[in-house]
Amino acid sequence: MSATHADTIIMPTRKSPVPVIAFAGLVLALVILPTFVYPVFLMKLLCFVLFAAAFNLLLGYTGLLSFGHAAFFGGAAYVTAHALKVWQITPELAILAGVVTAIVLGVIIGVLAIRRQGIYFAMITLAMAQMFYFFCLQAPFTNGEDGIQGFSRGNLFGIIDLNETMNLYYFIAALVVLSLILIWRIVYSPFGQILRAIRENEPRTISLGYSVQRFKLAAFVMSAGLSGLAGALKALLFQFATLADVAWQMSGEVILMTLIGGIGTMAGPIVGAGVLVGMQNFLATSGLPVTMVLGGTFMICVLLFRRGIVGEILHLLERRKG
Amino acid sequence: MTTIFGVALPVLMGQLLIGLINGSFYALLSLGLAVIFGLLRIVNFAHGAFYMVGAFVAWMLLSYAGVGYWGALFLAPLAVGVLGMVIERTMLRALYGLDHLYGLLFTFGLALLLEGGFRHFYGTSGLPYAAPEALRGATNLGFMVLPNYRGWVVVASLVLCFGTWAIIEKTKVGAYLRAATENSTLVQAFGVNVPLLLTLTYGFGCALAGIAGVLAAPLFQVSPLMGSNIIIVVFAVVVIGGMGSILGAIVTGYMLGIVEGLCKVFYPEAANIVVFVIMAIVLLLRPAGLFGKDS
Repeated sequence: MSATHADTIIMPTRKSPVPVIAFAGLVLALVILPTFVYPVFLMKLLCFVLFAAAFNLLLGYTGLLSFGHAAFFGGAAYVTAHALKVWQITPELAILAGVVTAIVLGVIIGVLAIRRQGIYFAMITLAMAQMFYFFCLQAPFTNGEDGIQGFSRGNLFGIIDLNETMNLYYFIAALVVLSLILIWRIVYSPFGQILRAIRENEPRTISLGYSVQRFKLAAFVMSAGLSGLAGALKALLFQFATLADVAWQMSGEVILMTLIGGIGTMAGPIVGAGVLVGMQNFLATSGLPVTMVLGGTFMICVLLFRRGIVGEILHLLERRKG
Repeated sequence: MTTIFGVALPVLMGQLLIGLINGSFYALLSLGLAVIFGLLRIVNFAHGAFYMVGAFVAWMLLSYAGVGYWGALFLAPLAVGVLGMVIERTMLRALYGLDHLYGLLFTFGLALLLEGGFRHFYGTSGLPYAAPEALRGATNLGFMVLPNYRGWVVVASLVLCFGTWAIIEKTKVGAYLRAATENSTLVQAFGVNVPLLLTLTYGFGCALAGIAGVLAAPLFQVSPLMGSNIIIVVFAVVVIGGMGSILGAIVTGYMLGIVEGLCKVFYPEAANIVVFVIMAIVLLLRPAGLFGKDS
């Protein structure tokens, strides 16, 4: 999907002040926002920001379109919820269990999917995620259609009570910001350069002596693990995990978030998640059919705004510059 | 009573028949996907949605216009095909020069739009559609009782699949299509109207999905969700068979339907996922798919 990647235009280097300012601005915004906006909405938004950013690591920077990221998101949500409810361990360990689950799933699905490229990759990830969906539908610990619900969030490290909204907010905000910094570090590391080389020209990367399959799998597993973190945090936030988290519609939503925001841009997933979560909140009360509007938005984005919101802005800035 | 591996013969035959029916739909849908992908290089995610629309058009024709099954069998695929052609002409066409993934994303959006639309207006509970008079009842074959309509579905899908295969492999239009699949620029240079061929091909593929929908309407309930339930399995079928070959798509479709039916007899818990498991095994052993040409 090389035609629309905005970061080939603007490439912040390690020395550039832009990312530091951007992250500082993000932290400041996250401290101020809860006084104006309902914190639960903000926390939901943060979970999806992380999910979209993790997805973008794979689509935007490695050029792999996964249609199965709901498996990692929902799988981690289930395990975290189960750990809190049945094992009754502390939330940080429950989240860790969820992330490990997502990583294991990422290795299994990734090993199979990287054997094919392009659209086949997309179809394989979709099929494997659907298989996981059927597994969750039948496995006893997920409670089928009811999902896992009715558990306490517990005390972080056994001390901090996460049932207090603001404690939970700062915990989620900190984890999401740290994850975004991690993603940024991955993308602008030598490892990230190789990922982008694979995206731009896979045969040439192979000819340069890189073991492309291993890099693809590593990117896939990282993306899966971070998606799992997003799912685990969402389960912790809403205190339930259901089939909706593992269904293919969820994989579609995260694609749409990344597409609206701008594939292959750092800020894109943040903007995209904001637009989509905001839109869903609005539509839920408006009586309009949500799926239909999402589908229409998808079509319009693909036809007219393939760069996404952030991508279009960066493109305009670049054109003005020269 | 005759038993095979400890399973009563009628039970086994019954599940085999259900498998064969499911296989018929897998074959019809993966065939349409393969025809569209071969020429347009677009993975039609909306294929399941067109199948659903086909079933709904049949239901609407009966409920609003009093047109019965046989009329619907002709009119519904026509309507779905025209819908497909309009979409190809007005929107899909803009995506040909781009990465194939955009075609997948666009048709994914289209599938959500269609499914969401029908779900908004008709709900998710499913609407009944009766089989036509002539095909009600059942025939006793001696070793099992065959419901007439199910027998008809298997025969009709076989005729459609091999008819399509014959059109593509044996006729002049099919030769154009195969040539354009290999090298569309060259074919256009010879004076063949390739853009028209693209539109007709997409319409034809969608019409195949539409007719599958009409065939399915009396068997399953007409529901907005029927398309998305089947399309993911069909994608797995396509990965197993490889999209390179028309015959491969047909054979793989029937084969997997039958395997799924057998799985319901011997290990029902895994019946939902057996196709995906086979896909994983095929990917490990033969990544290009059973009939795939590309590596």
